[in-house]
Amino acid sequence: MSDHSQTTAAKTTSAPLQRRTMQGLPDAVSGWLLSLPLSLVLLFFLVLPIVMIVIVSFWGATEFSIYPAFQFDNYEFLLTSPVTYSVFLNTIKYAVITWAITLVLGFTIAYFLAFHIRSLTWQIVLFLLCTIPFWTSNIIRMISWIPFLGRNGLANSTLISWGVIDEPLEWLLFSDFSVILAFVHLYTLFMVVPIFNTMMRIDKSLIEAAYDNGATGFQTLTNVIVPLAKPGMMIGSIFVVTLVMGDFITVRFMSGSQKANVGRLISNDIALLQYPSAAATAVILLITVLIVIAILLRFVDIRKEL
Amino acid sequence: MTTKQDKKGVSRRSVLKGAAATAGAAIGSGAITGFPTIWAQNIKDVTLRQFGTGVSNLNDVAQKVKEDLGFTLEMTALDSDAVTQRAATQPGSFDIADIEYWICKKVWPTGNLQAMDTSKIKNYDKIVGIFKSGKLTPESEIAQGTAPHTVGFVDGPGGTSFASEETGWMTLIPTIYNADTLGIRPDLIGRPIESWTELLNPEFKGKASILDISSIGIMDAAMVCEAMGEIQYGDKGNMTREEIDKTMAIFTEAKKSGQFRAFWKTFDESVNLMASGEVVIQSMWSPAITAVKSRGIPCVYQPLKEGYRSWGGGIGLSSNLSGLELEAAYEYINWYLSGWVGGYLMRQGYYSAVPETSKEFMSENEWGYWFEGKEATDDITSPTGDKLATAGDTRDGGSFYDRMGAVACWNAVMDENQYMVRKWNEFIAA
Repeated sequence: MSDHSQTTAAKTTSAPLQRRTMQGLPDAVSGWLLSLPLSLVLLFFLVLPIVMIVIVSFWGATEFSIYPAFQFDNYEFLLTSPVTYSVFLNTIKYAVITWAITLVLGFTIAYFLAFHIRSLTWQIVLFLLCTIPFWTSNIIRMISWIPFLGRNGLANSTLISWGVIDEPLEWLLFSDFSVILAFVHLYTLFMVVPIFNTMMRIDKSLIEAAYDNGATGFQTLTNVIVPLAKPGMMIGSIFVVTLVMGDFITVRFMSGSQKANVGRLISNDIALLQYPSAAATAVILLITVLIVIAILLRFVDIRKEL
Repeated sequence: MTTKQDKKGVSRRSVLKGAAATAGAAIGSGAITGFPTIWAQNIKDVTLRQFGTGVSNLNDVAQKVKEDLGFTLEMTALDSDAVTQRAATQPGSFDIADIEYWICKKVWPTGNLQAMDTSKIKNYDKIVGIFKSGKLTPESEIAQGTAPHTVGFVDGPGGTSFASEETGWMTLIPTIYNADTLGIRPDLIGRPIESWTELLNPEFKGKASILDISSIGIMDAAMVCEAMGEIQYGDKGNMTREEIDKTMAIFTEAKKSGQFRAFWKTFDESVNLMASGEVVIQSMWSPAITAVKSRGIPCVYQPLKEGYRSWGGGIGLSSNLSGLELEAAYEYINWYLSGWVGGYLMRQGYYSAVPETSKEFMSENEWGYWFEGKEATDDITSPTGDKLATAGDTRDGGSFYDRMGAVACWNAVMDENQYMVRKWNEFIAA
């Protein structure tokens, strides 16, 4: 597999290579120039703000102002408070559960679209259908669950009228269930798109070869499709995990403010003008997310696979 | 219908009269302060930027200002956390801050606001006692917490510390205030509710709520704990660490046993929780009750024997204001206290700092219902036209003096605020 993709990669890069040498600019210079705009954007809008956050995380704060200092108070309070650990644990719990569900859903949907729908037109039509919910804001999509799941909501009244339950189910709303439901609803597409994308690029002849060699459908799935779709699964996973770990509004609305994740800790601090403390929490969150992504990348070398 | 139109006509005429009077006063004060009379025309070009919480940042007010005073008022409505943040960190972004008294305690030391000369405030003498001496009537006791008069005055124009009595330099001109209590769904509870303890009554397990704004939520929690006899507070508005720990321990236990359905942070959330029946008893704000009622759902702002938790807001001037704009701001304040806004707010269930002037802008029926606690003699409608009560109804809690006289504590900022906030966060995360 990797041989195959490398040869195609070599083929596609060789053409621009020739063109570049013809223009006469040294590779190094044109390379730097080409990457300059993106580097500048990243420098100003990503690196500098993060540096700023790291700096502020060592500052001190009063009721209404922050003052420059170099102290570890914020980190000390954060790392010694049992709340921090339970909140981080909760955040990771949401991330893992949401990730597992969206991965299964995303893979299934992408598989269906890529291999069961024969015509390209229908693939496009059905794919666009998946994106329709994205025409509304994600807050609206999330909040519309509330009347549906509520004590006197549609779900409960339907179940009662069917005689499935006698009492309304309380855990449908303002619980971990509703939080994860909303996450799955909001983020499954982020899994579908990259997996669908990699699946579409799988050479159909590989599947034919597997079939010709006597592999069953399941064997083809586990030995051919899953390994080849890994980069897409990994990109989708990174999307979902980072989105869930950084979220605060979904948790607030869907748990009725009863559950906390790291994002909510940060937003509470900001609301109370405790910027340094918020910055310290953000730094710890950033480190955690980077570690998670590093672990994910251990499993698949995305650079090689793309 | 015709009577309603008549009323409108009357108020419009009196407004015009009022406008003429203020215009006269404007020219007068302009002459006194040495401004050329030309400014009366220039004032049309003035734009004042006001921000504050949604309760009093009403577009109707901005329109009326344009009509009556001629200048432009730009309104921005934010939640109380964002208001504090802006007042403290972005002094250049506003001219007028419409904030609560406890926010003032937090923000005043930044020097972003300037004290106001009370001699320029025409109706200063008529402002109710709560905001001056702290006493509603000479016999009243002063409630706990950040009572408005304790942060209402400073020593002089540049004063940074609060004065204990009237000094002639006010930090905020009081505009709006009310007494808060628990809201209940009488149809779903079916029995009388008399005490704050009911919020933690296991009978309402999974059907109670409290607001997730730490500085206000902790006060409601304290009202409950005190009513239960669990804790005796020195001052609910300024708790010790030990008192905070005990209060949060009681509430954390209740939370873990599933007492609360949800916590709410915005006005709309509280309305939806109540209207949908998710919650039958919760901390609530007066207009939220009105909003639930206007959907045809019974909802009562239940007076409780331990008293009310009260709050008050006022207008503060940015320290950047000077010259013509400062004059316009004083103009605006005088207009604010002259009655129209007061009447508008009182018809929503709030109180005006100068009730007597508001009376002229309300019908006898409205005044009787909202202020005197009398039975309505006719339909009561909100300023936007929603029907809120019919003939024979009385206001929950009764008259102004019954309600504001039973205030147990004011919204406050504690000395141990940071500690309290951390404990509150732990409670939410528990």
